[in-house]
Amino acid sequence: MSDTAHGVGGLTFDAKKRSVPTELNVFLALILIVVIFEILGWWMVDNSFLFNTSDRIDTLFNIQRIKIMILQFSIIGIIAIGVTQVIIMGGIDLSSGSVLGAVAMVTMSFAQASEVNGNPNPRALFLEQGWVDLPVLVPIMVGLSAGALAGFINGFLIAVTRIPPFIATLGMLLSARGVALWWSNGNPLSFPTESYKIIGAGMMPVYIFLFIAVLFGLIMKYTVYGKHTYAIGSNEQSARMSGIKVERHKILVYTIAGILAGLAAIVLSSKQETAQTGMGVMYELDAIAMAVIGGVSLSGGRGSVLGATIGMLILGVILSGFIFLRLDAYYQEIVKGAIIVGAVVLDQWRQQRAMAR
Amino acid sequence: MNDTQETILKVEGLTKHYGGVHALQDASCEIRRGEHVAIMGDNGAGKSTFVRQITGVEQRTAGKVVFDGREVSFPGPLAAREAGIETVFQNLALADDLDVPSNLFLGREKVLFNLGPFSILDRRGMRKATEEGLMRTGVKIPNLNNSIRNMSGGQRQCVAIARTATFPSKLTIMDEPTAALGVQETAQVEEIIRTLKESGESLILVSHNMRQVFDLVDRIIVFRRGRIVANLNKEDTDGQDVVAYITGAKTGAEYAGAA
Ligand SMILES: Nc1ncnc2c1ncn2[C@@H]1O[C@H](COP(=O)(O)OP(=O)(O)OP(=O)(O)O)[C@@H](O)[C@H]1O
Ligand SMILES: [Mg+2]
Repeated sequence: MSDTAHGVGGLTFDAKKRSVPTELNVFLALILIVVIFEILGWWMVDNSFLFNTSDRIDTLFNIQRIKIMILQFSIIGIIAIGVTQVIIMGGIDLSSGSVLGAVAMVTMSFAQASEVNGNPNPRALFLEQGWVDLPVLVPIMVGLSAGALAGFINGFLIAVTRIPPFIATLGMLLSARGVALWWSNGNPLSFPTESYKIIGAGMMPVYIFLFIAVLFGLIMKYTVYGKHTYAIGSNEQSARMSGIKVERHKILVYTIAGILAGLAAIVLSSKQETAQTGMGVMYELDAIAMAVIGGVSLSGGRGSVLGATIGMLILGVILSGFIFLRLDAYYQEIVKGAIIVGAVVLDQWRQQRAMAR
Repeated sequence: MNDTQETILKVEGLTKHYGGVHALQDASCEIRRGEHVAIMGDNGAGKSTFVRQITGVEQRTAGKVVFDGREVSFPGPLAAREAGIETVFQNLALADDLDVPSNLFLGREKVLFNLGPFSILDRRGMRKATEEGLMRTGVKIPNLNNSIRNMSGGQRQCVAIARTATFPSKLTIMDEPTAALGVQETAQVEEIIRTLKESGESLILVSHNMRQVFDLVDRIIVFRRGRIVANLNKEDTDGQDVVAYITGAKTGAEYAGAA
């Protein structure tokens, strides 16, 4: 078919008017932000944001800063990918931070070592039961299952009892935090086994994030699962009339979001070698922010894992940029809030423009 | 005469209430194999409601539906489609953010490897089948990779029609398929309908277009206020007559007291 084939209604198709992919725009925004921080860096603190200026190290880029930046956000990034597919389906998940907290507690209680420096582990929850020094597969399976359960409950409430996703996951936000507190009566759980520590050691969180990002990037694009997720987010009624089992699919998508929150809990508790009841507070908002900044539309149907990943980098760059410029922490929160609102406004604007074309 | 051989769809006492709204009351009719039937009636007469009950989009309040010799109660539209009913719904049932092939195969994607919900899509296969399907039905879409959102109402409608015409079926239902179409495109859709007739597929056509109805179908069923008020062979009636039934000026003898 030629590019200017006469369409139905004698309309001609203008190949030039094809829209630029959102991901490209988001990527350009990322570069722009990096450049801004580079300029601000020389102006405000007389240093480079991106490049290495120390004579003792001979790398071009400031690897240390980039590493810390990516490491800091890759764990929230794992959650963000789960949240991204939920938002693409036209839903929302406010519970991911709390689910992370609850799962971290539960998982850590099955990952603890029996002894610390020759003494019995003072923080071991199940020392009496003898559930210590378990093979690493046990806490991993427990964590993923607990995450899946939380996600399944979300999905079930939303799909079957038809509670709005906002309310259902808000309930889970509160309940899961309650579970985190109740599990060990508020006590932190520490001293995991050596094999458990490996999961989140060094740059492992980044590799795990990359693996999940690539995996879900492919799933969303090349599988029936992805197609149905976009279709439901695009028009739920149409999806249903086209024979998609909408309810079943919703439960599946929320369950997978829960599993990813569980995975993030495992990685984070392993990295920090401890689990505390306050873990993951507000992570859900960061995750949603990453998705929205990355061009995932809150009204569903549009966006991608790649976009959300770039969104994660943008958020990471901005927050570490603020630290680099030695600005106070509360500026971060203010700016983060403004960025999220700005991204949503941009999305609305994009939508209106798409309508008007 | 053998009932199962001759009748593709038989509806008895089909009723649908939305709360207090009696959208469909005690509708009974029969469609023979290969027959093309029009459903006419004013806005809100219950035509789309009738379609939704047959295709399993909604669950009926009461009544019996026999399709292809079997009493059926489809739990959803997928089951109806698997049984052999293809439908163009009035709202088209398209996913705006997906491209043409994705919409054509929505809910019945071709897969390369079956991995349950994570089955790998056969994107190339679907694209090729889409091109062929559009070619066969004469529907022209400038760019298959565009999302449906960016297309005109008529183009969207053509995609929805191509979706039903691409797949073989025993009964095709079209709910106002030419409502937003121009003259040429309407002619094209009518051509598709004629092809269905030639290949012996049954059709239910919901339409407000009198000329079209008299051009295409064998029989006309008139709905009024949720009830069937007339069931007319094309040869035994004319436009004025049908209008009289639609407006309620006249009621079929066998339906006396219905409206
Ligand atoms: N989901 C619903 N809830 C409540 N009432 C409904 C619902 N769907 C349809 N109705 C009502 O049922 C009646 C029949 O509607 P229906 O859509 O079947 O009309 P129609 O004959 O297809 O009209 P049109 O020619 O405008 O498409 C209308 O009064 C409508 O308001
Ligand atoms: Mg209608």
